[in-house]
Amino acid sequence: MDWKKKSIWLDFELPIVELEERIQTLQDSASVRGMDVDDEVERLRAKASRLGKEIFAKLEPWQRVQLARHPRRPTTNDYIHHLFPDYIELHGDRMFRDDEAIVAGMASLGERKVMIIGHQKGRDTKSNIRRNFGMAHPEGYRKALRLMEMAARFGRPVITLIDTPGAYPGLGAEERGQAEAIARNLREMSDLPVPIICVVTGEGGSGGALALGVGDRVYMLENSIYSVISPEGCAAILWRDPAKSKEAAKAMKLTAVDALELGVIDGVIPEPIGGAHRDHKAAAIAIKAVILDALAELEPLPTGELLERRLRKYLGMGVWEEAGGD
Amino acid sequence: MSWLNETAKGIKVLSTQKKDIPDNLWRKCPQCSEILYHRELDRNLWVCGACGHHLPFTTEQYLELLFDDGSWTETHRGIVSKDALDFRDVKRYRDRLRATRLKTGKEDAVITGRGEIGRIPVSASIMDFSFMGGSMGSVVGEKIARALLDSLRYREAAIILSQSGGARMQESLLSLMQMAKTSAVLARLRREGIPFISLLTNPTTGGVTASYATLGDLNIAEPGALIGFAGPRVIKQTIGGDLPPGFQSSEFLLEHGMVDIICERKNLKKTIESTLAWFTDGRDVSVPRPPRG
Ligand SMILES: [Zn+2]
Repeated sequence: MDWKKKSIWLDFELPIVELEERIQTLQDSASVRGMDVDDEVERLRAKASRLGKEIFAKLEPWQRVQLARHPRRPTTNDYIHHLFPDYIELHGDRMFRDDEAIVAGMASLGERKVMIIGHQKGRDTKSNIRRNFGMAHPEGYRKALRLMEMAARFGRPVITLIDTPGAYPGLGAEERGQAEAIARNLREMSDLPVPIICVVTGEGGSGGALALGVGDRVYMLENSIYSVISPEGCAAILWRDPAKSKEAAKAMKLTAVDALELGVIDGVIPEPIGGAHRDHKAAAIAIKAVILDALAELEPLPTGELLERRLRKYLGMGVWEEAGGD
Repeated sequence: MSWLNETAKGIKVLSTQKKDIPDNLWRKCPQCSEILYHRELDRNLWVCGACGHHLPFTTEQYLELLFDDGSWTETHRGIVSKDALDFRDVKRYRDRLRATRLKTGKEDAVITGRGEIGRIPVSASIMDFSFMGGSMGSVVGEKIARALLDSLRYREAAIILSQSGGARMQESLLSLMQMAKTSAVLARLRREGIPFISLLTNPTTGGVTASYATLGDLNIAEPGALIGFAGPRVIKQTIGGDLPPGFQSSEFLLEHGMVDIICERKNLKKTIESTLAWFTDGRDVSVPRPPRG
């Protein structure tokens, strides 16, 4: 295993990846020498699958963080590629510039037209610079809002895919009102008169994630995360020690199952064994099925009812105790 | 120097007791280092007479400053955090909460209530930085949402005075969701033509800035307040350099179009009165505007 591979795979994935490589080598040499290795290949495959299930059944929160940030994890454009062959990308906030940390466009999903919007990370240094690592500036959120409002005017549901370390903390972002841009999206999404379905596909990083994350249904992929601050940031502030990120990841309850238990999301979307990055298409199909079910439930609702339910849902967010209450 | 430190400690206890302030209590202006006597600071609404720096003002002081005498009634008391995450860093969250409640005598980082400003009824929320940095968790979000719903119910203007370091990390996702929750109610106020005035005081950052604090029909800031999304330290780390002077100050935000008015503390009540009157014609907010769209 060379260093390059190690940088692509996570340490806990390596046993599976190594088995898969052995299978490949065996098959390659067999085809050259004309040997029959079917039994051995079968045995190794079963072992790899067993190992995969074992490893992924008991992942620590920090390992989920690593998977959510996996360099091979499908990005919004990967999902668009698999789900929306007729996608037409749209650009710009009409005020300042086009922010490529967020992509958006028109598409069809079955019979219906939808607006698809998502954070976009890069895959290598060059594309990550272009995408700013998926960290949007105000103009990114404003582009998203412009297109959501357009979708609403034409009765098209909005689908958002969330995958960002957070909103970009820089000079220009502050000058142009990062806080206001996020806040405005929260307010307008809470009252947008078409169904909104949100899926956290990778990193749900704080306000920058939430700015695309207010909807009638919010789902998380099994190995995605969602939290108010990165585990590293939390460790630095509360533990005063960035090395405590693993503890912070655990304490913050940032996994999909945690979010479901806290009543913050509506469902967890299972990933292919070994994670979404092992099979982009299968992950995309799993997301599509959930979106279709949600739309089928939401579309018959009159607009007033849809918005009333959305408000009630957000009014219920949080856990507190009331003196004299139960 | 030890007598000096001891005096400095004593200050906190005595600052809210207006009567019988000893002549010898003083502190240094954090901006210009001028020696400021408490008696004088109290007269000056805790604004430095030499440079105009606005020192921290307590919730009780703001209530006294802003509301017509005897008009304030606190609402939604008795809502306290439940530590849903069973959160523990170097300390348990519930222990931190208990200690902070004991120290401050407050239930959490906001109080809500109804009162009158220039005889115009309002429903208001006053945040309190002294309670865990004014951080917003479930309790802050719930109380502010209820105060905003009161504005809807009684058709009276909404006011939120913000001072906060942002989200309460110990409530992670639940804290984040309070941004969506409060903003969702603000969307309804907007639809119903109920005015919302956001007052931004030092400091207002993070999730509070990225939700209600910047969503006012009017955003009014005290001079020299730190107002921003990301904290200065995080930005410095990100850009790997120093920040320009005055970055993220009230004046910077005014220049960049994010606040309407910078208002000195001594003019705050008058400014709110006048703008409320513009919105409401005195008492009447009961004429609904036509709905949007
Ligand atoms: Zn001074």
